[in-house]
Amino acid sequence: MNATAAKILEAPRPKKSGAGADRTFELITSGAAWFVLVLLAGIALSMAWGGRLAFKTFGWRFITSPDWDAVGGHFGALVPIYGTLVTSAIALIIAVPVSIGIALFLTDIAPRWTRGPIAIAIELLAAIPSIIYGMWGLFVFAPFMAAHVEPWLSDHLGGKAVIGPLFSGPPIGIGMLTAGIVLGIMVIPFIAAVAREVFSAVPAPLRESAVALGSTRWEVLRHVTLPYTRSAMIGAIFLGLGRALGETMAVTFVLGNAHDLSASLLMPSNSIAAAIANEFTEADTDLYRSSLIALGFLLFVVTFMVLSIAKLLLLRVNKQMGRTH
Amino acid sequence: MAIRASRRIADVVAFVFATAATAFGLVWLTWILWMTFRQGAAALTPSLFTQMTPPPGSSGGIFNALYGSAVMILLAVVIGTPVGVAAGTYLAEHGRHTRLAAAVSFINDILLSAPSIVIGLFIYELVVRRAGHFSGFAGALSLAIILLPIVVRTTQESLLLIPDTMREAGFALGLPRWRVTRQILYKAAMSAILTGILLGIARIAGETAPLLFTALNNQFWSANLNAPLANLPVVIFQYAMSPYDEWHTLAWAGAFVLTAFVLLLNILVRLIARKGKQG
Amino acid sequence: MNDSLTALRITPAEITPPPASAKVAIDIRDLDFYYGKGHALKDVSMAVPAYSVTAIIGPSGCGKSTLLRGINRIYELYPDQYASGSIAIDGQNILDRRYSLSDLRRKVGMVFQKPTPFPSSIRANVAFALSYYEKLPKTEVSDRIEDALRQAALWDEVKDKLNQSALGLSGGQQQRLCIARTLAVRPEIILLDEPTSALDPISTAKIEELIHELRQRFTIVIVTHNMQQAARVSERTAFFHLGELIEVGNTSDIFTNPREQRTRDYITGRFG
Repeated sequence: MNATAAKILEAPRPKKSGAGADRTFELITSGAAWFVLVLLAGIALSMAWGGRLAFKTFGWRFITSPDWDAVGGHFGALVPIYGTLVTSAIALIIAVPVSIGIALFLTDIAPRWTRGPIAIAIELLAAIPSIIYGMWGLFVFAPFMAAHVEPWLSDHLGGKAVIGPLFSGPPIGIGMLTAGIVLGIMVIPFIAAVAREVFSAVPAPLRESAVALGSTRWEVLRHVTLPYTRSAMIGAIFLGLGRALGETMAVTFVLGNAHDLSASLLMPSNSIAAAIANEFTEADTDLYRSSLIALGFLLFVVTFMVLSIAKLLLLRVNKQMGRTH
Repeated sequence: MAIRASRRIADVVAFVFATAATAFGLVWLTWILWMTFRQGAAALTPSLFTQMTPPPGSSGGIFNALYGSAVMILLAVVIGTPVGVAAGTYLAEHGRHTRLAAAVSFINDILLSAPSIVIGLFIYELVVRRAGHFSGFAGALSLAIILLPIVVRTTQESLLLIPDTMREAGFALGLPRWRVTRQILYKAAMSAILTGILLGIARIAGETAPLLFTALNNQFWSANLNAPLANLPVVIFQYAMSPYDEWHTLAWAGAFVLTAFVLLLNILVRLIARKGKQG
Repeated sequence: MNDSLTALRITPAEITPPPASAKVAIDIRDLDFYYGKGHALKDVSMAVPAYSVTAIIGPSGCGKSTLLRGINRIYELYPDQYASGSIAIDGQNILDRRYSLSDLRRKVGMVFQKPTPFPSSIRANVAFALSYYEKLPKTEVSDRIEDALRQAALWDEVKDKLNQSALGLSGGQQQRLCIARTLAVRPEIILLDEPTSALDPISTAKIEELIHELRQRFTIVIVTHNMQQAARVSERTAFFHLGELIEVGNTSDIFTNPREQRTRDYITGRFG
């Protein structure tokens, strides 16, 4: 009796050139796979290395200081961080409800023959390069905001309690509100795509039994669809946030590159990505450059965490839906 | 009765909101595309494609920028595609159930959405700083890194779509793995991988931020990859942010060309995808 | 017993079973097979005579496909599947890790349940493995292609469109193409895993006719869930249940006078 146990995943190894070729092929493909990991590590490490001068010089105060003095050599990340967070928040406040609305429209309301074209049109929003958003924002949208929207806002809301300070100031058009709106439009297709996919994956029996019980469209959305797709929607929101945080060109054009901390959304500010884009080539001292790279490192770390959370949530959803990857 | 009315109202509100949200999205799309084409079309002249980028205050063309972008995109595709296809093959074939593949797939998806400005800084530190000068080659490298995760994901997904029986049929004939992959699987996944590359090109064609610290820009004609190289996105950026009207006009023209290119690629991709489904 | 069998109209074909002294093409001894923790085949021993058709029947999950996939070691593609025991072909245990897989798969061809034409032309499909195993001049390759297609009863239907994509053929034609692809390499043994279950009755009949022709030159093992088919095409039949070989013998004996109660139950439709 010949007892043999052939266990391992293995393709045939012919006597001819095949065996060596197969091993080489495996080496090449696994090497390329390793390269992806090495790349990420490399990016993180080089950012940390480039920013070390700034981190060493300023320590934790780098994150909390609102200074940005190229001449005196004092740099702080507070204003860029603030601007990044505010514009991203505005973007999500706009993009999330709109995306849910679009997903509802495409899965429930639109006539079947229109769903494909409309979905493609929404996807095109993601295909437009961000620099086009930036140009349009600068030359078309910001003047529009300055002429029509911002005066209205500061006139009607600028004097009110609590929210007044958010909407006060001259209507220049360039500022956090405009940048936040442009960012929101850019992020819509990403969240809407995930929302649409998971909305249509809600099992028909689940939706149909709710409708059979007399639920309205809104009630099905609120009591069946959204709870069922909760993980996926949160994942989609984090995905949109990750994109918004790192968006450079659209924001650079319309945020204003002002290193001032102000409460009003109508005022210009700065974001991490915009600061780097605007100032890197003019940074003449090592400390200046290092501060900008340190900003990049912070951005990288934060987006990495946000995108990881998004990915983990969406992976769990995929597993629920029975996919293998 | 009162309950029914409020439920009905909520339903109508939902209907109106969803329709309005979709209209909202479509309105922005139309506004952006319309303005880009209107402003850009006004600035379209043949000299756009024959003259170089001009100094402030004069008019000219964007030929050097178009050339530089084309060269860097091509180089990025040449560098990024083989690595991407190889890694995607590992994820779908050799390493299908390994922990390495799970980790790489995860990290790859993060790289896919990572801020491109960070990629630019990375290449700056790695290449530009060491060399002491900006270069078109560094620009191509940063574009390749942005392209890479797109190709990896597309290759992985298209290979996984092929049913295992096709692999078994190839192995049952006695063929080694590299032949099964190359002669059967790649052929079956070819159009899908190709559309992935085209979409990747559409993406990197519009990337500005990474080029700001790698290829920078070059006002004059240059085909030298070892020096700053003119490219369309950075030209648009610099000219739009400038105070000169002629430069603004040129920036719009450049925006028109870039947008038209990206949209055409997207349409092309959809046509190929539809043809693939029929055949 | 005979009454209930005739009522089911399973009439074994008029095929002379191979003599007891016939050459054994595949000698299976003490074969065990495991999917991870599952024990799919338990201590299977049987001898498959050469130049004949042996059918493997049994309810789903009984291990019949598993047995087939053990003979050409295709299970090795999957990390948690393994076999122990011996399967001897031409006197050598092919389960031994030192036995070259490409030699094995040249001797043993396999056709799958779902037709799997490669995304190439018909000509390229048939010649696929040829160029890998042998360095032949172009004219001889064409001859071999024609030869294989004739043996697979497909030549007349495709001889004018050899360069067209194989994906344009009908299901039955695609399956015969897969058979031609296997024949081109000139194997000794052909394994058929439910080859007609995805096909229409006419294509099925054509392929059964093909099997009749091929038995003269090859050893054929066919897995089928269709008992009538097993009775029509095979000389020997093996009945499996829950991973065990219950009974093996001449097809006519199995279907008219099985020894084991379980065999009888399966054949009369009591289960499965």
